[in-house]
Amino acid sequence: MKLFASRSDLPLDRDASSRYLPWLVALMVFLAAVAVASMFVLHGLIERWDRDVVGTLTVQVAPIVGEGGAIGTRERLDAVTRLLRDTPGVAAVRALEQSELVALVEPWLGSSDMVADLPLPRLIDVRLDPNADIDLAQLSKRLATVAPGVSLDDHRTWLSRLVNLSRTIEWLAAGIVALIGSVTALTVVYAVRTGMAVHDEVIQVLHLTGAHEDYVARQFADHAFALGMRGGFIGISLAVPTLVMVSWMARQIEGGFLPALSLSLTGWMAVTLLPAAAGLLAMVTARITVHRAIARMW
Amino acid sequence: MEQTPVTTGVVQFESVGLRYGTGPEVLQDISFALAPGSFHFLTGASGAGKSSLLRLIYLAQRPSRGRRLLFGRDIATVQRRDMPAMRRRIGVVFQDFRLLDHLSAVDNVALPLRVAGVRESEIQKHVPELLSWVGLADHLQATPPSLSGGQQQRVAIARAVIGRPDLLIADEPTGNVDDQIGMRLMYLFEELNRMGTTVVIATHNAGLVARFSYARLHIERGRLKRVAMEAA
Repeated sequence: MKLFASRSDLPLDRDASSRYLPWLVALMVFLAAVAVASMFVLHGLIERWDRDVVGTLTVQVAPIVGEGGAIGTRERLDAVTRLLRDTPGVAAVRALEQSELVALVEPWLGSSDMVADLPLPRLIDVRLDPNADIDLAQLSKRLATVAPGVSLDDHRTWLSRLVNLSRTIEWLAAGIVALIGSVTALTVVYAVRTGMAVHDEVIQVLHLTGAHEDYVARQFADHAFALGMRGGFIGISLAVPTLVMVSWMARQIEGGFLPALSLSLTGWMAVTLLPAAAGLLAMVTARITVHRAIARMW
Repeated sequence: MEQTPVTTGVVQFESVGLRYGTGPEVLQDISFALAPGSFHFLTGASGAGKSSLLRLIYLAQRPSRGRRLLFGRDIATVQRRDMPAMRRRIGVVFQDFRLLDHLSAVDNVALPLRVAGVRESEIQKHVPELLSWVGLADHLQATPPSLSGGQQQRVAIARAVIGRPDLLIADEPTGNVDDQIGMRLMYLFEELNRMGTTVVIATHNAGLVARFSYARLHIERGRLKRVAMEAA
């Protein structure tokens, strides 16, 4: 039998906090994981939108309705395409086929034959030379001269609104993570203060035996770290399957309604680091709390 | 001629007074000095102020007035960060033992050494040895609640002396043990004293005081009276 058992001078394992703190931290880590994942997904979306849209234009040719409308629309489409190809700085021009247009509206209107007969506006996808500096206002005027009813969209307006919204949500998620961290820290402060009150006599004995503040603080900190890590692992083991399930469910929804909600590698790393972050937060908070309390007591 | 205060005593009190809150002074104008390596009994009736005086000596209490010097240093000027090192030079046997119930006897006794950062190999060598000396060789792993009052007292004494303190303060250290064990503990204190530890023992036991020829500090209603050595 080992004569000197591995032990702590303070019997913190028997405290009520040892039972409730891990579950509270688990809940906080679960919520934080969802918030962090949202932040990274949104960040990824914004970057993807920005990357996809920069250097592209969409030219929309309104359809002519009525007899011979299709021919008229085709002539205008050809005229616009020619003008775009002759414009310096334009790298590629591609008019979307009727079948592609039908596919685009399919999520909203379905795939019946009636949709194919609708007078859909024709779209031209334009890729710009990344180094070119094109005067879009001037180009828009020139397009209007060859084909009235043509509109040019550089996606900036809707993109900036979308990006602003996403950024706001991103900041909100960051705020939620900070709030979760604060609540976790406050819970640890409360648990540590309770523990100090419960073990006041032991702390006094340690004090009179010549223990430094940090000797006592370290024991609370180590205990808080262990509880934080335990809670963190419980939380993350619940959060990861949830995130995977949400991502899978999003993929099952027909394309077009939702962008791909995939979490980047960095995002996964951030999420999996949360238990360690919870442990460290609990440890540092406990240490500071004990030091402050002892400074008032001793 | 103005007298220069002696600052070489292990303990020196100058006009120390103590009151709890706004109550009356429980200790009044306490002045004394304990020379290094001296042995003193502290006597007095219950409620005379013995425990309060001991608390002032082992730095568990601040005085309301007066000056305390320990190991030649004025406590009022000692930095908070230096206080633990000073406390480690004092061994205390509390009247109520104050053992940690969740720790075994060996771990209780090892506490001052661990707090001081002594190597585990040293701890494992000396702690069982001392516990055997106080007659607890068969109770090394026992926790305080499973020990009798006398056994707990011996663990508390072993904890107080394990670090070979410069100053040992014991509050009724033989109160719960039979005469034979009581004498054995007194010999332990004497042995420590011979090695240079200054010893102060608070006791009600008149027989014990009479048996050992050491100086006596007698306290009466909060005032200290120094009594000459008792006849052995």
